[in-house]
Formats: sequence, C-alpha cells, structure tokens
Amino acid sequence: MCGSGDNPDNMKALILVGGYGTRLRPLTLSRPKPLVEFANKPMLLHQIEALVEAGVREVILAVSYRAEQMEDELTVETKKLGISLVFSHENEPLGTAGPLALAKDILNKSQEPFFVLNSDIICDFPFKDLVSFHKNHGKEGTIVVTQVEEPSKYGVVLYNEHGCIESFIEKPQEFVSNKINAGMYIFNPSVLDRIEIKPTSIEKEIFPLMSKEKQLYAMELKGFWMDVGQPRDFLKGMCLYLNSLRQKRPKLLKEGDGIVGNVLVDPTATIGPGCRIGPNVTIGPGVVIEGGVCIKRSTILRDAIVKSHSWLEGCIIGWKCVVGQWVRMENITVLGEDVIVQDELYVNGGQVLPHKSIGSSVPEPQIIM
Amino acid sequence: MLKAVILIGGPLKGTRFRPLSLDSPKPLFPVAGLPMIQHLVLKGTRFRPLSLDSPKPLFPVAGLPMIQHHIEACVQVPNLKEIIILGYYPSADLHKFVLDMVQEYKINIRYLQEFIALGTGGGIFHFRDQIRCGNPDAFFVLNGDVCADFSLNEMLEFHKTCPNSLVTVMATEATRQQSVYYGCIVRKQQTSEISHYVEKPSTFVSTLVNCGVYLFSLDIFQNIAAVFQSKQDEFYNGNYMVNGKDTDFNHIQLEKEIIMPLAGSGKAYVYQTSKWWSQLKSAGSAIYANRHYLQLYKTRHPERLQCSSQCKTIGDVYIHSSASVHPTAIVGPNVSIDDGAVIGPGVRIKESIILQGASIGNHSLVLNSIVGRNSKVGNWSRVEGTPCDPNPNKAFAKMDNPPLFNSNGKLNPSITILGDGVTVPGELIVLNSIVLPYKELTRSFKNEILL
Repeated sequence: MCGSGDNPDNMKALILVGGYGTRLRPLTLSRPKPLVEFANKPMLLHQIEALVEAGVREVILAVSYRAEQMEDELTVETKKLGISLVFSHENEPLGTAGPLALAKDILNKSQEPFFVLNSDIICDFPFKDLVSFHKNHGKEGTIVVTQVEEPSKYGVVLYNEHGCIESFIEKPQEFVSNKINAGMYIFNPSVLDRIEIKPTSIEKEIFPLMSKEKQLYAMELKGFWMDVGQPRDFLKGMCLYLNSLRQKRPKLLKEGDGIVGNVLVDPTATIGPGCRIGPNVTIGPGVVIEGGVCIKRSTILRDAIVKSHSWLEGCIIGWKCVVGQWVRMENITVLGEDVIVQDELYVNGGQVLPHKSIGSSVPEPQIIM
Repeated sequence: MLKAVILIGGPLKGTRFRPLSLDSPKPLFPVAGLPMIQHLVLKGTRFRPLSLDSPKPLFPVAGLPMIQHHIEACVQVPNLKEIIILGYYPSADLHKFVLDMVQEYKINIRYLQEFIALGTGGGIFHFRDQIRCGNPDAFFVLNGDVCADFSLNEMLEFHKTCPNSLVTVMATEATRQQSVYYGCIVRKQQTSEISHYVEKPSTFVSTLVNCGVYLFSLDIFQNIAAVFQSKQDEFYNGNYMVNGKDTDFNHIQLEKEIIMPLAGSGKAYVYQTSKWWSQLKSAGSAIYANRHYLQLYKTRHPERLQCSSQCKTIGDVYIHSSASVHPTAIVGPNVSIDDGAVIGPGVRIKESIILQGASIGNHSLVLNSIVGRNSKVGNWSRVEGTPCDPNPNKAFAKMDNPPLFNSNGKLNPSITILGDGVTVPGELIVLNSIVLPYKELTRSFKNEILL
C-alpha cells in the first residue's frame, strides 16, 4: 500500500446487483432494477457517478442473470463517464461474498483497495472519506455504518471509539446500538484470500472472522441513507434524496405556482393549470400532467400521462402509463409499464402488472395480474 | 268525483337510541302477527340518517319531495278533486309543503294528522268523514314509501269494469325469491278477482305482489267499520291483551285486516302494471328512484332536465335554478342537484343526489352518494358508494333491501350518505359509509357508520 494513497485514480468497485429485483416488481418486469429511474436517473448511475467522482475507473457489476438491455444502456452511460464497465455473471447465485471471488482477477490487478456496494442503496455516498478513513487505520476492510430508527430489523454493528469492529448482532431483540451495516465497503485485495467461489454471505461468514482479527473498521455515514429495493422504501428514499438536493443543489428543484415543497421535474415534462404538485414528487421526461391534478409523495416515470382532476399520493407510476380523469390512487400503488387506469377509479395499494388496463376500482391492496 | 289519500306514516320515537336501533332491524322484521306500530318503527329508521332532520316523505328525489311525485300522479287523473295526506308527523312539518303544493297544482290538498299511529287502515277509518264528504265515486290510497310510474288512469278504467268492486289493488310481477318480502296476490285469470292474499309469506305463494296503491269504493268503510267494531268489542270484553300484546282497536292494518279477508269474496280485484315500481324504504333506494323519476321527466317534464348552468351534463340531470354549477364540472348521468348547492370547478358527479345548500369543492368526485343539506366536501375529495340496484339480468327483479350489517357484523356495501351539515375536508375518501349529521371528518373512512 505504500505510496499508492497518492494515486487513487485507478480504483475499482464491485456492485452487487444480484437477481431479478423481484421486490421492486412490477417495475422490474419491464426494466432491470439498476435501470429503474430513481429521481429521474437510473438507480445504478447514482452509485456509479459517485464512484467516478471518488476516482473509480473500473466498475464490475455482479449479476446473476443476463440482461442485454441493461448491459447496452449502462455501457453507453459509463462510456460517457469515461470508465470501463465489466459484467461478471454468476452461474448460480453466489450470495454477497462469492461475486468477489469470481472477479478476483480484476480486483487483484493492483494493490489499491476496492469498493463493494449493495446496489439498492441511496445516500450521500461518502466514497472519498471512506478511502481516507480506510487508509488511515490501515487494516483490511472498512464498513460504512448508518444510524436507523429501528435497528431490530437489521444487522447491528458494535465497534470501539476508533471504529474497530467488535461484533455483529443480527436483528437484535434488545436495543444494543442503532448503527447498522449500510451495505458499502472498502477492502484491500488481501480480503480475496478469505473468499472462495461458492455461495457465501459476506455479512455472516466473512465479516465475523475479520472482526475477530481486528481487521475490520466501521465508518459512520453522515446524512441520509435508504435501501430502496422495495416500493415503500423507494418513495421514502426519494423524499430523503429530494430533501438532500434542497440542501445541496436547490436549483435542480422546481419552484413556482402550484409546486409545494421538494419537487423534481424533468424539463421535457408538462404540467397543466390548477395543479398542486408536491411535496416529494419526481416527474420524469415526457410526462404530461393535465390540469387540476394533485400529486403528493410519488414518482411518475417517463412518458406517463395523468389526466385532469386526479389525485395521487404514495404512487409509482410506470413508464407510458395513462391515468384517467378523477382517478384516486394512494397507499403505495405501483403501476407497471404501460398500464391504463380508466376514468373515475379508485386504486388503493394496487400493484399492477405491465400492459394492463384497469376498468374497475381496487378498494383494498391487491396485485392485479 | 274522485279523491286520493297518501299515507305517509310518521316520525318515530327513540331516535336517540340510534346506536342501538341501528342494528336492531332484524329482530324487528315484520312477521305475521306483529302490531303495525313495530312495522312502522322499521320503516322510519331505515331512511336514516336522511330522515333525522326532516320528514322522510319530503326527502327530495329528482328535485321534488318524494310524495310530490304521488301528487303529480294524482293530478293527472281527471275529476280528482282532493288529495288528503295522512300521517302522524306534526302538522308544522308539512304545513309549508302543503301550501306550496296547493299553489302549484291548484287543487285541494290537506294534511290530516293522526293523534297516534293508527295503521294504514285505522287512519283512513278515523278520517272517514273527511274522505267521504262530497260523495266521491271512489278514492285512491297510495303508500308514501313507494315510487313508481303510477298508472292511476288505467287503474281507474280497470276498476270501473269490475262489478261490485270494493277495492282494486295495483300489483306488479316480482321474482320468486323476492316475492315473499311483499304482499302476495293470487287472482282468477279470467276476472282478475283476488282469490288469495298473504302478506310476506314464509314460503312462495305468487309472483304477483302488492304495489301499495289501491282504489277503493266508498262502501269499503262498511268493512272497515265492521273490523273496528269487532276489535272494539273484543277490547271491552276484556281481551285487552292478545298474545301478550296490547290490542288497540283504533289500529287497523289495511293489508292484513281489510284486503286479506276480501280475498275470494269477489269484491277485490287486481290491476297489474308492468311499469316501473319500487319501494322507497332504505336511503339506498333513493338513488335508484332518482334515476327512474329523472327518466320519466324525459317524456313528461322535459323542461326539468333543461339545465341553466353552463356545465357539461351526461344523461338525465336535474339542476335547480338556484344551484351554482361551475362550467368545468361534469354532471350525470342520473344526478339531482337541489337549490342553493354549489358545485366547484372540475367536479364530477354521477348517480347521486346533492341536497339543498351542499357544496362540493374543486376536482372532487361524487359517485352513488347522497350529500346532505349544507354539507361541505373539500377539494380533491372522493365520496363514493356502491349501488344496490335490482339485478339487471333478472326479469322483474326488485331492489334488495339487505340488512345494514352482514353475518360477520360488517357493514354491507351501500351508497354513501352524508347527513346534513357534514364536513369532509379536502383530499379524503369516504367510501360505502354512512355519516350522521353535523359530523366533521378528519380522515378517510371506508365501510363505516359514523355517529
């Protein structure tokens, strides 16, 4: 590692994309999860851009299925960013550690530490800080930890005042700490010696050994964090993200009559008169919002149409959907691609599969095939 | 000369017991032998919460108080000289209505108030002198809680052809299953004489059911007098209690005590109509009745469907001239908007009744609902009910009057009713719910009764 700290500009990162993203269906039936737009940008690009900014020049995507659409689109995007993108395909799901072993040859090429990320994470990515924190303690690995309100749902991390991790407690019943594993790591290549190409959980099988040897440190994340792998959290994460935009780049948010709170609108979208949009709404490119519409806490994806007098709260409206007049949708309603909701209907917590036309109300949460 | 009597019943005591009386209809369901008063208790409460603040017979359907439709049918009968409204509501409740009706139809209309609930036959007998005076050839009796395309002239022509007829009963076809909820009539095919009559039988008797519309000859009073006399005798002979129940000899039930004994006597006839008819007992049936009365306007009173507002209308719509409906609202089909109601921009109303002085905020939707007087619905709200129309795929099906609650104790989906003076703030949904008067909602409600 000697001297390499001066030259972080050829770092590598491995992103654990994994499987089909079933938790984010019906959106992921039309589009691989990394390409689903979060705040008008494919989810994975949020991570890749932050990695590039921190000096990463080579990104490996660990995927357990083939998706040409994803590979093509992401290759185009990463070319723009001037970095190389490698797809590492698993023949069987290898868990959270196995993919590292599979990509060993690439990650081993230099002695620089490399990043590992879960793909569903949205936060103020702290990659530069992570590199310096990691190099400062000089051990094998660093985990980013974040504070949550309900730690009992997660794996809690216990560490000393220097950040040296003492133990992990999976889903603690009694409160021990509110710091959890945020799904972002940096490792020295020597970690690869600990992992074989077989299904392995990095959290349960690798980390405990490393912490026993005092080789694993925790760095606390500042700012927001969310795992946006399912619709409810997707919307929660969007609220946090827009709030962070308000602090950092408020000019990106829309202002004006009928706009309430943090609202992100693509310049190619149109909004009719008499609407009330916000708080916490993202409107994608080519979207048409007709007059007299009220939208709160929702994401409207590319080329969707919301007709006049409708009311939406807590919805993700898929690409090219058409929502009729006087429609009310709420309570985590997710419309897949090209869904048509006819006039005057009520949809409460409906998960609607792509290319479906809805002709009657859905008064209770339900999946519509 | 002819007369007509419209029976409207009365308000009921014990409305303050509302949370209790709301789920009591079942034990109170009228089975043969129960006194009429209990029958009436049921009738008056089923129309809640709409009947809480004003008499049910004056509830506006298609822009007119329910019984004004009866009056309109009566004034179409040539030589009908007087309409008597009979009930036990306080006179003050009906006073203005009666004045308005006299003014509008230029005919004698009077309200006669019973001192206590006398039953459908008892009231007629008590006021027999009023009905008989002027010596009419016959008189109609119409139950106030039915709605129909009343074909009174055809019934009259039929009545005239029946020799020695004391009464002609209007009847309609029902399904086998539903017929048992009505008075069932068996007739002789050639003569249309009633050969058998039974009120709400427990097993199937006939698909021909009583519409609650009668045409009596004056001689019927002899029959009623005989019934009255025998009840009176029984009372003074010490049989004060029969089957553990008070016998009030003043109380006479028309169907059970007068019509039933006439079956097979050759003095009672049935006139069958195939026109629209329905009971108007539950509030849910008001939406159904509204639709049909609006439909009748198309041929009889097309001017009532002329809308002075600039708004877009679909199908049959009645909008009172003093109601204000924004030009960007879309109303219909089958909507009545009463006087002084204010409908905001971008509002959508379908299959609903908006009562006097109610207001609906911008971009809101009202569907299969009744919005009470002076109620306020905010912007982007949704007031929606589930229609309880007769099965359209079954010939002669009538409206079901399902109990308020199903066997699991849950509210059966029905139209949504906002009582008078209810406030629904913006962006809420009120679905299949009944909201009692003057309630201010603070959140959305589904399938609930809000006291």
